[in-house]
Amino acid sequence: MNLAAATNENLAHTSNVLIYSAMAVYTLAFLAHIAEWVFGSRSKVGRTAAALTGDGAATAQVKVQVAQKGGGTAVLDRPKIVTRAAAGSRDVPDGPGAAGGTFKGDLYGRVAVSMTVLAFLVQAGGVITRAMSVQRAPWGNMYEFSITFSTVAVGAYLVLLALGKNVRWMGLLLVTTVLLDLGIATTWLYTDSDQLVPALHSYWLWIHVSTAIFCGAVFYLGAVGTLLYLFRDSYENKLANGGRPGAFARSVLSRLPAAASLDKFSYRVNAAVFPLWTFTIIAGAIWAGDAWGRYWGWDPKEVWSFITWVAYACYLHARATAGWKGRKAAYLALIAFGCWLFNYYGVNIFVTGKHSYAGV
Amino acid sequence: MSNTKSNPAPEQERRDEESSSEPGAAETRLSTAPREESGAGLPAMGVIGWARWFWRQLTSMRVALILLFLLSLGAIPGSLIPQNSVDEMKVEAFKKAHTTLTPVYEKLQFFDVYSSVWFSAIYILLFVSLIGCIVPRTGQFVGQLRSRPPGAPKRLTRLPAYTTWRTEADPEQVHEAALAIIRKRRYRVHAVNGAVAAEKGYLREAGNLIFHVSLIVMLVAFACGQLFKSEGGKLIVEGDGFANTLTQYDDFKSGSLFDNDSLAPFSFTLDKFTGTYERRGPQRGTPRTYEAHVTYAEGAYGKPKKTVIRVNEPLVIGSTKVYLNAHGYAPVVSVKDGKGKEVYRNAVPLLPIDNNVTSSGAIKVLDGYRDKDGKKTQLGFQAFFVPTFAGEGKGTMFSQFPGADFPVLALNGFHGYLGPDSGLAQNVYQLDKTKMTEFKDADGKQLKQRLLVGETMKLPDGAGSITFEGLQEWASFQITEQPASGWALGGSVAAIAGLAGSLFIQRRRVWVRAVRGADGVTVVEMAGLGRSESAKLPEELADLAVELVASAPPAPDPEPGTDADPESESEPASGPGTDPDAGPESDSDAVEESSEDPAEGAEK
Ligand code: HEM
Repeated sequence: MNLAAATNENLAHTSNVLIYSAMAVYTLAFLAHIAEWVFGSRSKVGRTAAALTGDGAATAQVKVQVAQKGGGTAVLDRPKIVTRAAAGSRDVPDGPGAAGGTFKGDLYGRVAVSMTVLAFLVQAGGVITRAMSVQRAPWGNMYEFSITFSTVAVGAYLVLLALGKNVRWMGLLLVTTVLLDLGIATTWLYTDSDQLVPALHSYWLWIHVSTAIFCGAVFYLGAVGTLLYLFRDSYENKLANGGRPGAFARSVLSRLPAAASLDKFSYRVNAAVFPLWTFTIIAGAIWAGDAWGRYWGWDPKEVWSFITWVAYACYLHARATAGWKGRKAAYLALIAFGCWLFNYYGVNIFVTGKHSYAGV
Repeated sequence: MSNTKSNPAPEQERRDEESSSEPGAAETRLSTAPREESGAGLPAMGVIGWARWFWRQLTSMRVALILLFLLSLGAIPGSLIPQNSVDEMKVEAFKKAHTTLTPVYEKLQFFDVYSSVWFSAIYILLFVSLIGCIVPRTGQFVGQLRSRPPGAPKRLTRLPAYTTWRTEADPEQVHEAALAIIRKRRYRVHAVNGAVAAEKGYLREAGNLIFHVSLIVMLVAFACGQLFKSEGGKLIVEGDGFANTLTQYDDFKSGSLFDNDSLAPFSFTLDKFTGTYERRGPQRGTPRTYEAHVTYAEGAYGKPKKTVIRVNEPLVIGSTKVYLNAHGYAPVVSVKDGKGKEVYRNAVPLLPIDNNVTSSGAIKVLDGYRDKDGKKTQLGFQAFFVPTFAGEGKGTMFSQFPGADFPVLALNGFHGYLGPDSGLAQNVYQLDKTKMTEFKDADGKQLKQRLLVGETMKLPDGAGSITFEGLQEWASFQITEQPASGWALGGSVAAIAGLAGSLFIQRRRVWVRAVRGADGVTVVEMAGLGRSESAKLPEELADLAVELVASAPPAPDPEPGTDADPESESEPASGPGTDPDAGPESDSDAVEESSEDPAEGAEK
């Protein structure tokens, strides 16, 4: 074996080690998140219930910095901006978060986030070394898709955190699915570095596949928001109707953001990604036009991308249609993400088409 | 004000608890059918009444939603069941394997989902609905652009973002200042009915309309492409040529409106095909480049030009594209009869069967050959070819590398009748051996031999010989003409741009009302309304308010410690259901309507 080949094998090996290490660190993050939720449950969380039985009009307040005549600034008490949720949603303040406002919970939460950052870096290293070992974009088969996918999902989550968005509530769920994704990738989908067919030798690989993975990863964050929205919404409904939610709901759901916030979060995420998803499909069509001589041929992968696209369009329409916003729209969003997942796993596994180079 | 709300008086709390079990504001809004659904009632009698009802249904958001859902549902079977348009061989195999399902599927057109009646019905209805939706919306949008932002709702406190303060400044003065400040932020703004009304973000609507129009452009372009397209394949050995006429294609498909005479006139010759492959490392054998060097001429008498066609880089002639599809080897063989006369010499293209281009095929000597008795007969050879042989003694005839490093051709021969020359299309890569007899060697076994370039296999009993003369490569090309793809591309770019505008631009309204109260102090109220609940809206309102405060400085509260807002005291206590002057709907509608209907302004 010559030297170049040896380096490649070493890199591939390094990549595997990094991926396994990332899994170990994610497991620590997972445990820390669990601790965060457990300690948080010891706090008193009655705020949501109180708000729901209150008069319903929340008064969020925007503090305004005002420049004074003589220079310098002062925080003006007025104008306060009173906000009301728009028609059709309740005015409920967000829950206090997993830590429930407890010091210990918050500490563990911070540990979990730090671990997630560390794991993300290690995992990203794994993806990059994998790419170097095969000397191409690391998206030639499902193993490579999967490890990139969860890296991007965690990356997007960390960026949102860094931007000061209220997203720590999804930490536990995210880390859990990332572990699941990596577990599946390493046990069932693992593929040694492999040949690429010439049709993949195109800069469209970088454009089309990277945006596809990115869209999926961010759609995933939206789907997590939607799922929690559904739970939280029934919890709020129950409270609003004078019911008494179960112990799980009282402890866990009460700490989540308000249903309206979750709904808004997932809408923003989905809406922001939708144009990029549209672009992904069009880029794929252009590439297919160059590589296969037709830009659209109803290949299974194309069909499912189309279905996913229409399903998300459905969701966006539902959000704008009276009588469909809220839970019904949320179900559509979950269906749409389900379509994406099927396109990603199902089509590769159950259906053969021109995209079958993706190899299981 | 926030004080009042976070510490409600005990009596008030109890009252609110009671009212929360009744439908609150949110529920009332949900169930008091938005205007959309008011069309759902039974239509007035008569054909016109029904037609109008049907049209209103078809162009409603709800039906668009359902049709979209059906479209995605309808696309599913086509991905799970083999499609004629994608792979006819697979369809045949499926039909053989599922004899009970096949008739059902055929009835349902499941083998041609995307051109089936029902799938077409869904998307045609959807696009009729789309047009029926776009036309009036465009009209309304133009109307909105011509008119001015709608006046302030009666109760600004009900809006998603609200602020108020008292000031000594004149109401007129406040309005003037507000106009100036808001205009500076590039709102469209005017004073109406004793308040300032402003709106911004019209591009959102424009983007949305552009997006939907682009969808139509894309569909029409796609349909044109399907109807007028043509697509054919041609395998060419180095040195051979192709002229773009129907007879020269190996296989040809075209859309139903395609006119065979409209094939673009051009021709090309394959001068040389080169493939290079990774030689080292774990990726040994991976193709690195495929290049077809061709000389082509446009039109009947065009000047010959040289170019290179690569995978992903087709040759483009007008709206016709020539793609490099596949490649393989074509061993040159010659056949001599018993008298030593050469009766056949050809480069015979063989089909690759694996990544290292192990290839198989058939050599057919149809005429010119006479056996040792001088009788006319035909010869057929099964050919197996590897570009890189493993080496003598390593038995398998599987290629070790896709490049032609060590080419070996293995042959066995037959004589007899090759089958009809005409009639049923014959597979040129396979021998029909039903009427052929094997050549046998001296031991009575099947005669077969592996040949290197230049080597000859003798046929027994003076039947002649076959020689592996040399090696050429072939390339196969797909020649497609797909009109209107430029339109499809333009449409999709516009769609993305429109979509981005529609999703990222916030359309919002702001109102400022200043009224002199009974005590002679002016009460300023500001409120904002966004199309979708935007987190930025309160901030934007606050920014505006801060600027306005400079021209309308807050006056001291009349009684320190309580809130001066005249409405905030009564507002929360009187829930929407008990509001005497508004009733449950009227007020909520003002909000609902403007957050729901992009064209609301036009109606005012
Ligand atoms: C061909 C299928 C269609 C697709 C793929 C589609 C897609 C979309 C998408 C992705 C949006 C989201 C943009 C946004 O929220 O601003 C949207 C909005 C909208 N669509 Fe469609 N649409 C289709 C057909 C229709 C039809 C038939 C109608 C009319 C009945 C319609 C009316 C609207 C309206 C009014 C909006 C604006 C909603 C809003 O601004 O929130 N669309 N459409």
